[in-house]
Amino acid sequence: MKLSSLLVWCVLIFSGAAMAKEAAPMAADLDVEKRMVAISEELRCLVCQNESLSGSHAELAQDLRREIRKMIADGKTDKEILDFMVDRYGDFVRYRPPMKPTTWLLWGGPFLFLAGGLAALIAFLRRRAKDGAAPVLSDEERRRAATLLDQTKP
Amino acid sequence: MKRFLIPLGVFVVLVVFLAVGLTLNPRDVPSPLKDKPAPAFKLPQLAAAGKSFSPDDMKGQVWLFNVWASWCVSCRQEHPLLVAFAKEGKLPVVGLNYKDQEADAKGWLAQYGDPYVLSAVDADGRVGIDYGVYGVPETYVIDKAGMIRMKHTGPITPESLQKQILPLVAELSK
Repeated sequence: MKLSSLLVWCVLIFSGAAMAKEAAPMAADLDVEKRMVAISEELRCLVCQNESLSGSHAELAQDLRREIRKMIADGKTDKEILDFMVDRYGDFVRYRPPMKPTTWLLWGGPFLFLAGGLAALIAFLRRRAKDGAAPVLSDEERRRAATLLDQTKP
Repeated sequence: MKRFLIPLGVFVVLVVFLAVGLTLNPRDVPSPLKDKPAPAFKLPQLAAAGKSFSPDDMKGQVWLFNVWASWCVSCRQEHPLLVAFAKEGKLPVVGLNYKDQEADAKGWLAQYGDPYVLSAVDADGRVGIDYGVYGVPETYVIDKAGMIRMKHTGPITPESLQKQILPLVAELSK
């Protein structure tokens, strides 16, 4: 009884793992499918904008994957296929948009933040080095400190 | 005092960025097709069997190209506006029946009214891809030379019609 239920659990768990994988490739040709997935992972699905074209179940994404398969079969290069998408949906479909004046801030923004952070860090360190040196106690202060410390002794 | 000014400044900048971000519509992706020729196609018409439609047929006039489908909920929302607009007869509205069933599409127009001079049937959505359609309804303003001058994604509202589409149409019709 116990063994059989354990078996059932094993089957359930592993079949779950098997099902959790991506849907089986639809095209018979594995190479085409691999290239299609590689290209569509570079592209955003415009219907559900936080998903890639390769992972989306939206109908448009399925249509576009079909188009990509067709273009691969027609012998188009990856660049031609990406250009096809950008011509229709704009740079926004690409997860890695091209460098151009409108995207400079997008690409450079993180480095601006880094530079700002470094500048703040340097300013902070300099200030600490300047007035952060331990204050020198006068003799009077030392004596007071000593008496205070003595008082706390049991 | 000064040490509070810097974080306050950073906070204000952040708030401004977020506030601007809230007013932007993430669906409103600028179309690369603006100021480009409307992609050519030849598709059968929905109502007239055997007849086809091509954007070239509209050369010489300003027209609206509206992508719709009977399964599209937002299309229902904008439909009364389109019907009223078509009645005014200011400019022709051509429909692109996108990935729809013929019977459903015809029934839909019969039930809610037909604002289109004609609807082209894009059964497999291939022409929709050429026009960069990703969220039906979408509307294109196409000028006399067959150039796309504007793309509106999502249902047309009275506001977008009055403030964006009509002024542009008036200018293009000159």
